[in-house]
Amino acid sequence: MVTSLRPKPGPTRRYRFPEFHDETLPGGIRLLTAPANKLPIATILVVVDAGSVNEPRGKEGIASLTAAGLLEGTNQFDGAELAQKFEHLGTSLESGADWDSAFVTITVLSDKLEEATRLLGEVISSPVFPEREVERLKAERLAEILQLESEPRGLADEKFSEFLYSPESRYSRPDEGSTESVGALSRKDVEDFYRSTYRSEGTTVIVVGDVTPERARAIVAEAFQKWPAGSRKEAQFITAPRAKSRSVHILHKPEAPQSELRVGHVGLPRRHPDFFPTLVMNAVLGGLFGSRINLNLREVHGYTYGASSHYDWRRGAGPFVVSTAVQSEVTAPALTEVLLEIDRIRSDKISDEELTLARDYLEGVFPIRYESTAAIATALATLVVHSLPADYYDAYRKNIHSVSADAVLAAANAHLHPLELQTVIVGDAKTIQSSLVDPRFGELLVHNA
Amino acid sequence: MGLHGGQFTTMRIPIETFHLDNGLFVTLSEDHTAPIVAVNLWYHVGSANEKPGRTGFAHLFEHMLFQGSAHVGSNEHFELIQRAGGTLNGSTWLERTNYFETVPSNELALALWLEADRMGELLPAMTQEKLDTQRDVVKNERRWSVDNQPYGTMLEKLQELVFPASHPFQHSLIGSMEDLTAASLDDVAQFFSTYYTPDNAVLSIAGDFEGVEAHRLVAEYFEPIPKGKGKPPLPPMVLPPVFGKRLREVVHDNVSLPRLFMAFRTPVFGSEEYYAASVASAVIGLRKGSRLHQSLVRERQIAADASAFTFDLAKGTDLLVIDVTARPETALAQLEEEVEREVDLLNRDGVSDSEVKRAIALIETDLIASLQAAGERADRLSMFATYFKQPQLINEQADRYRRVTAERVNDLISERFGEDNRASLLYIPKEGVESEGIMAAAAGTG
Repeated sequence: MVTSLRPKPGPTRRYRFPEFHDETLPGGIRLLTAPANKLPIATILVVVDAGSVNEPRGKEGIASLTAAGLLEGTNQFDGAELAQKFEHLGTSLESGADWDSAFVTITVLSDKLEEATRLLGEVISSPVFPEREVERLKAERLAEILQLESEPRGLADEKFSEFLYSPESRYSRPDEGSTESVGALSRKDVEDFYRSTYRSEGTTVIVVGDVTPERARAIVAEAFQKWPAGSRKEAQFITAPRAKSRSVHILHKPEAPQSELRVGHVGLPRRHPDFFPTLVMNAVLGGLFGSRINLNLREVHGYTYGASSHYDWRRGAGPFVVSTAVQSEVTAPALTEVLLEIDRIRSDKISDEELTLARDYLEGVFPIRYESTAAIATALATLVVHSLPADYYDAYRKNIHSVSADAVLAAANAHLHPLELQTVIVGDAKTIQSSLVDPRFGELLVHNA
Repeated sequence: MGLHGGQFTTMRIPIETFHLDNGLFVTLSEDHTAPIVAVNLWYHVGSANEKPGRTGFAHLFEHMLFQGSAHVGSNEHFELIQRAGGTLNGSTWLERTNYFETVPSNELALALWLEADRMGELLPAMTQEKLDTQRDVVKNERRWSVDNQPYGTMLEKLQELVFPASHPFQHSLIGSMEDLTAASLDDVAQFFSTYYTPDNAVLSIAGDFEGVEAHRLVAEYFEPIPKGKGKPPLPPMVLPPVFGKRLREVVHDNVSLPRLFMAFRTPVFGSEEYYAASVASAVIGLRKGSRLHQSLVRERQIAADASAFTFDLAKGTDLLVIDVTARPETALAQLEEEVEREVDLLNRDGVSDSEVKRAIALIETDLIASLQAAGERADRLSMFATYFKQPQLINEQADRYRRVTAERVNDLISERFGEDNRASLLYIPKEGVESEGIMAAAAGTG
């Protein structure tokens, strides 16, 4: 027999988020370095203020296309040669753009760091964006958009954003652009976007791993010596909702065995003073496996393989969304349960059990999140993108710990808006439509997927 | 403590192993960089061990392991670990099932105790109601990841295509709806007593712990669990090195773009020649500098994406799979033709030294990067211990890859890339379904 005595935890061992140096190089680039020498490996992550929110209206997708285009050639090498050069060093350069920034990154064995960084510096300082490759990247993005039409999860996410935000908001349109916007982009658009956003003032280089700050500084200063000076471009944050009352949008997918469900409203920006209480509130509501929404929909009802809620933390107010996929027949009952859970967390204080579960989890899991050089670099990028204080990670666990049940209730009331909930369902309208005709859910609209 | 002597070539993670009297194989690897410890259990049972009429059972059973045990309530395993600040999950594969937790190091005892309780005394907690709920959850997992996902049937279609009818790898891992419906509590009891025994498991602990204390905890919690009575042998797994003929299946599905999976039988995971196959796979389809990406995506622009991977099966035969998604304007016939041409070219001319060097350099970095996480170290220790009784193989991977030469890759290619060893699974978009006047029927409600 295994003992029935539950073990007690031992004494806590101290953990500190890796110390990092923060400085500005002579050319104006910001450099963050965090030594971590467990393994002979290092990550370089370049973050540039060149995300989707920096795009000119009508040029949606230019941020991603520009970031991808960086890898397609310099004055010295074409794209195929660049791929070969990086990969012979055992790394590949990855680049992309999200809402708030563009990034370029490599993870490389530390004895190849110098060579790889020099190459990286050349790639982002002197890209030539060849016409043929820009057109190819556009075609690949168009293929991706086409793929989304048959992919219920991605389609639900995209349509949710569209129905959530007013058409003036950049967030209402796909971050990597639509068929129309991407189709209309040109090589010159890429060049223009690059010239206006990839400048010293909006650029941070983050180096994490088996390298001293001195060596990192020398390597980066050399690699980025040609980086153009200049100021950052201001972003637009229009985050007004499209509708102020509940509505349900069905994207009809004939014979779909499941309904891909999204329920939510416009959330709040990352630098909101209620960030920590809202984080804990969401953990209890739908953030954890043991959260109310998951236990209800999955473990009590068996409606789904999983259900969760989350706030998408962006510089502007990103969405709050509950996501799940349920068997078609139980779409309406599942939606009812989600609405009930949102009401419930706003009406009564959460129990001590729930509060401590959420807090203990968020505090305890903290060091587990930063095991790799890439994860530490990403955490530092979050500091940069959201202009968080240098001691943000040192104070993180204390901030979580101080959230009370009253603060959670207040956050639920302030930041969950039941009357404004928008529901998007990718599913078989023939099976689910009649059950969704219900004033509690809001106005019902059916669209062809 | 660092894990390397300052130089990549000397990198070794420390490993200690021992057995309990009940047959449990334990591997330990200390690293005190951060106060984190990973506990990882591999049971040497997977979908290959399922009885006829019970496809999907090994995976359904994995779900039941989170439904409580003698001293743990339903879903309490999840709650206790998350409350401790840990992460956890389980997964099922053809040859094995694994369960894992990463926790703050002062919670090692909790993770071990929870694993021991469900290894020792699962059955008292099993009820019909729990089984019914998890059956619904798994059916929804099937709908979500297989039936309602473009190309989601790839794994089961490929298994069916490339393995002979009675082979243990031939049937679906997630299982058919009928077989999931048929699973009973008796099946749960029988599967548990046959396969979930200490002598059919490997326990690995990696990260911040003290060896003496870990020994003591493992002995205290796991020693009381009785040894199993042995498990029925799997039917013969070994297969000839090639299919013997060309295999091909076309699937009309709810997808937007044609996509081709081309599989080849290759040497089993862990064999010396596996490493040549793994390098071949990287030459062909790992990242943008690979053969297929350069040729089909970049130069000829007929593919939206191209890659290759190996299944890493340790028994019977491994599979190397080429995966190419067409651009919208590329017809299925052209996609198939162009991929065949690339394979013919490989078969005729082989690969170069430079291509092999690129592949090995990428594999080496990925190996090191993956060892950063305690959970990954523990999982690999369990894997090498389960398949080969040699956890120390984790430290030999880089060397084994470095010994692969273009000549060995080309030998592998000429043996395995002929026309008698290609199985093509093709997905093509189904004809558009009419919207059946749904728009007209749409009703607005207030």
